[in-house]
Amino acid sequence: MSEQTATWYNLYDARPQVEVPAESPLAWSYHHSGRPAVGEKSRVVLRERDMAGHLILRGGAIVLDEAVRQVLGFGLPGRPNTLTRDESGERSVQWLSPDEWLVIVPGGEEFALEKRLREALGDAHTAIVNVSGGQTLIELSGEKARELLMKSTPYDVHPEAFPVGKGVTTVFAKANLILRRPTEERWELVLRRSFADYLYRWILDAGAEYAIGVEG
Amino acid sequence: MSQSLKQPNRLKEGGRIDRARRLSFTYNGKTYQGHAGDTLASALLANGVDVVNRSFKYSRPRGIVAAGAEEPNALVQLGSNEAAQVPNVRATQQALFDGLVARSTNGWPNVQRDAMSLVGKLGGRFMPPGFYYKTFMAPASMWMTYEKFIRKGAGLGRSPMERDPDSYDHLNQHCDLLVIGAGPAGLAAALTAARAGARVILCDEQEELGGSLLDSRELLDDRPAAQWAEQAVAELAECANVTLLPRTTANGYHDHHFVTLHERRTEHLGETAPTVDGVRSTRSRMHRVRAGQVLLATGAHERPLVYAGNDVPGNLVAGAVSTYIRRYGVVPGNRLVLSVSNDHAYRAALDWDEAGREVVAIVDARRHPDGELVEQARARGIRIIEGSAVIEAKGDKRVSGARVATIDAEAFTVTGQAETLACDTIASSGGYSPVIHLASHTGARPTWNEEILGFVPSLVKGVHAAGSARGVHDLAGGLADGMAKAREALTALGRSADAIELPRADVIREGQACALYQVPHEKPTLRAPKQFVDLQNDVTAAAIELATREGFESIEHVKRYTAMGFGTDQGKLGNINGMAIAARCLGKSIPEVGTTVFRPNYTPVTFGAIVGRHCRDLFDPERYTALHQWHVEHGAEFEDVGQWKRPWYFPRTVDGKKESMDEAVARECLAVREKVGILDASTLGKIDIQGPDAREFLGRIYTNKWAKLAPGRARYGLMCKDDGMLMDDGTTSCLAENHFLMTTTTGGAAGVMEWLELWHQTEWPELDVTFTSVTDQWATMTVTGPEARKLLGEITDIDLDRDAFKFMDWREGKVADVPARVFRISFTGELAYEINVQANYAMHVWKTLFEHGEKYGLTPYGTETMHVLRAEKGFIIAGQDTDGSVTPEDLGMQWAIGYDKPNSWVGKRALSRPDTRRTDRKQLVGLRPKDPSVVLEEGAQIVFDPDHAIPMPMVGHVTSSYYSPTLKSGFALAVVKGGHQRMGETVYLPMVDGKTHAAEIVGTIFVDPKGERQNV
Amino acid sequence: MFLIYCPYCEEHREEEEFHPKGQAHIARPADPEACSDEEWGDYLFFRDNPRGIHHELWVHAVGCRKFFNITRNTVSYEILETYRMGEQPRFTAEYPEGKPAEKKSAAAKEVAQQEGVKA
Repeated sequence: MSEQTATWYNLYDARPQVEVPAESPLAWSYHHSGRPAVGEKSRVVLRERDMAGHLILRGGAIVLDEAVRQVLGFGLPGRPNTLTRDESGERSVQWLSPDEWLVIVPGGEEFALEKRLREALGDAHTAIVNVSGGQTLIELSGEKARELLMKSTPYDVHPEAFPVGKGVTTVFAKANLILRRPTEERWELVLRRSFADYLYRWILDAGAEYAIGVEG
Repeated sequence: MSQSLKQPNRLKEGGRIDRARRLSFTYNGKTYQGHAGDTLASALLANGVDVVNRSFKYSRPRGIVAAGAEEPNALVQLGSNEAAQVPNVRATQQALFDGLVARSTNGWPNVQRDAMSLVGKLGGRFMPPGFYYKTFMAPASMWMTYEKFIRKGAGLGRSPMERDPDSYDHLNQHCDLLVIGAGPAGLAAALTAARAGARVILCDEQEELGGSLLDSRELLDDRPAAQWAEQAVAELAECANVTLLPRTTANGYHDHHFVTLHERRTEHLGETAPTVDGVRSTRSRMHRVRAGQVLLATGAHERPLVYAGNDVPGNLVAGAVSTYIRRYGVVPGNRLVLSVSNDHAYRAALDWDEAGREVVAIVDARRHPDGELVEQARARGIRIIEGSAVIEAKGDKRVSGARVATIDAEAFTVTGQAETLACDTIASSGGYSPVIHLASHTGARPTWNEEILGFVPSLVKGVHAAGSARGVHDLAGGLADGMAKAREALTALGRSADAIELPRADVIREGQACALYQVPHEKPTLRAPKQFVDLQNDVTAAAIELATREGFESIEHVKRYTAMGFGTDQGKLGNINGMAIAARCLGKSIPEVGTTVFRPNYTPVTFGAIVGRHCRDLFDPERYTALHQWHVEHGAEFEDVGQWKRPWYFPRTVDGKKESMDEAVARECLAVREKVGILDASTLGKIDIQGPDAREFLGRIYTNKWAKLAPGRARYGLMCKDDGMLMDDGTTSCLAENHFLMTTTTGGAAGVMEWLELWHQTEWPELDVTFTSVTDQWATMTVTGPEARKLLGEITDIDLDRDAFKFMDWREGKVADVPARVFRISFTGELAYEINVQANYAMHVWKTLFEHGEKYGLTPYGTETMHVLRAEKGFIIAGQDTDGSVTPEDLGMQWAIGYDKPNSWVGKRALSRPDTRRTDRKQLVGLRPKDPSVVLEEGAQIVFDPDHAIPMPMVGHVTSSYYSPTLKSGFALAVVKGGHQRMGETVYLPMVDGKTHAAEIVGTIFVDPKGERQNV
Repeated sequence: MFLIYCPYCEEHREEEEFHPKGQAHIARPADPEACSDEEWGDYLFFRDNPRGIHHELWVHAVGCRKFFNITRNTVSYEILETYRMGEQPRFTAEYPEGKPAEKKSAAAKEVAQQEGVKA
């Protein structure tokens, strides 16, 4: 990054350097609606992966792909509505639009990642936005997870239409979210912070007949 | 409560009911017995219940006519208690369960003795079509009174007054092929598609899949047809790619093959859903199906003949007689007269005869019927009266006889002497109308098919019809058609399906049917006893004739004038007969008269299923900020701002007494003006804008200038539509040379984001700039008031010195150890700092502020106080003080318009249109009520002359109005015609209560006009 | 409830995910200040309301957030095509069955060239 480009964007680490109490977007929901225990009869299990690092990348696919490969070791997904992940599955990049991708990495990595990407990108006109505080990721698993999704989203979640590796932004109840299927058994939902409680209550309500349980 | 244990009309054997399972149920207060597998209708008929209702208009006794969705009379109110009430359930579609409680919907005080029946007896002359329009509409003020009486008499069912204990939901479904109807064509189609591996949904409104196969006399592969149906269903149930939905009615066919299916999941088990493993089942469910292709195998409805007295209980359609006998083991009478125009209906007489009851005669309108079924009837010695029809049913609460005469259908005359046959049941058949309702929902107009004497559906791309639904009524043909159409449908999807081996069906030779709808009577229609066309809406042949005489020629007008095919009936039995009568009266053919449009829903759907889980606290999303829990725990009252829940005010409880809103707001306002207050402003829309052309873009989208805004500075901006009208406002900060943070109003956030993208993507794609919503990323806390600097200084490393950190600057630093961007922006007119931190850490920062804030009198305030404080300063709220018809100039904000910018920014050109240059535009001003204790009503209309005759010219209205604890007076913002030139003038606000308030036009800034307080 | 093919997501999505934004191909005059009041009024307020083929601007609001165009029959509600910004429709009132093939490919080539320049 040249000295000049350094003044182009406000590079900013929003995460405190010292330990301070942090609350996921679902903190209020756990407090207010509780977390039904996971039991033998639970046919859907919900787990939050909170405090992860979420970055939005904007720009041209070719130049971003190169930078992401260099920094993360794997490239951008090649097709619309798909995602790529590293071997651990902890780092992923999802197509959101022809010039927009969502990167999710373990919490704390996002600022270093943004810096390294900016360096790798040099003068290329791209935008990187840290949205780690604005959303959270929950996982749904269990034999009735798909049926619960069918109650909630008009998007076709049949394995034929929603194979592993797919991810879409779509309608969910009366809000919207990002829905992804990283593995055969697991669905991931990326919720916007302000809608998280509504969506959590919706999922508990729709999941009641499957004895839904919340881990953690 | 009386009890009846006998089921006089139940056959000793036969039917698909479970005789080992006796169920008891209550109807109109009397307890009866039935069996598992019964519908409420079959159980009522088994028990010899003749009268199930009183008719809508004439209050005539009515009995069960049909066996399915087309039943017009047997509407019941279900429910043993208030919460379980369900109105307008067709007894023919309600499975019997133990303990079912039903009442007839009409009939006051009861169906046997009905107060309204006198009206019916007096005859049609008293209630011609248009009767309600003509009689009860004047004077208009009396309609409420009339309506109450009419409704009580007509009885349209009632909704429960207590909370429904059940839950409902939606399921979004997708499939290659949706097959509607599980009769022969539907089953064959589903099997064909299922074996080809397609994703198939098969639904049927009945309790059991199989449709007409369940009561067919015919054999498939030498076994009863019902057995083949069972086998086919069993195979489909094993297929992972097939979803079977019995008890599921396809009610609406919407755009692009979106079909809503209403599945009744537990209605056959009890009046409320059972609990399984501690979890209550979902009572009913709306399947929202998006299908690749749709196959309508919806069958046909048999048309009853229209003859005098055809509504007396004991008149049924012929097919229903067969269904009751063969499927439920119930013969709905002892002595049958069958009146037909076709061979197919002869089955009813054969079934009746086999049930061991007397067939008095078959009356056939054709001169020489000669099909196989006719021969079978003759062979049994059943009397067949040719060239004749039942012209009139005798009886009151039950048929007692049938008047039969030779007729000339074409000349519409009775040609012979009438003979009266003693009987208690008359079954009739005038042919079969394909069920075209769903096809009609797609907007396709059906076409008349002379061969089958019925309308067949026209089909839009992707919709197929098979079997009876398109007039292929024979069994072998229906099966083959189902398979063929399924293959066509899959081919259209680019797939293929092999032919399947269909069961062998005997071909029954049927003679040609004749066209007969209304049966002639000796007297002309207008003077003959009533001949009903639409039983549910009490529309007679005479009414239709009268309508045509009164000049209604379009069938759509006839329908509306007579109410034919209205309501839950949707013309299932009567529409074709009605059209035929209209055609006869107008001297036209049926296709010339046309058909009316059927609309969703096919049968009524409960609100529960429509609403699903979108109710109670899940009715609409509630959006919360990161500080919501603190607000709740500190007793905030909340205000809805869009979907957000924002603290409205924080009432304190002093000496056990909770503050009123006025008290709380006054306290909060003074705290900000005198000490320090804090507002959760996280709901403000926030958009991160990056790119080398970001600045250029801002200059085009905002009315003011952005070329020179330096990093570290913020600026207030106005956004107009291209018509020059203000749409949103907010501050935007320059974070770095190519990086900006825009804020929008809370309600405008999503709209502004889309607006920016619209301009970028459609008009200025050459600009290199991107927009990302960060509304949820940043929590925003506004610390404001004279003590704000001292308080914030305690927990931040940012230099807050007034010269180092000026008004409209922003700085980066730490607040309570959390990285923060702090903006010196003021919406209160006081010294103010807006602190933005990543939302996950907001609660920590907020609580830390309170730990340090107590000594400064830190007071949380809500949106109401925010409004008072901003209005005292004349700061507008886009969407409250503006309404899409207000320009920045109307607001007196010329200072925020860059007339000399090099580009024609959005809205600029429109500001020089003649309309926006008018001097009498409504302009924003302040209003000071002459009586300081008055708080004007928001929305109140303003006049210049209170003594002007009514209607007074209205010259503006109040947009914002509050009581100011600082001014100790009410004050308001308002738009007034030419207001900017009227400072000091008095205007008047006449109120609904007759009072008129006077107010003085003043400037919009009420507190600290020089802006000194925010700039300290 | 329409089912709409998003040309950017390259698949069909439910109408709930989209917002209609009015008639397509309404270009803002290049020099608004040079427009007469009448011309500006036409641009602001006047739109076609055809019976039959109509070109509409939509946005995949809950999705990729991209604007694109739809050719729709306002009578049958059939969507004949969707196409990206900058592209021209194949189905028009003049060519309800689609423009002749060679013209179409020429148009597509032109668009590809434009996009190439942009990229």
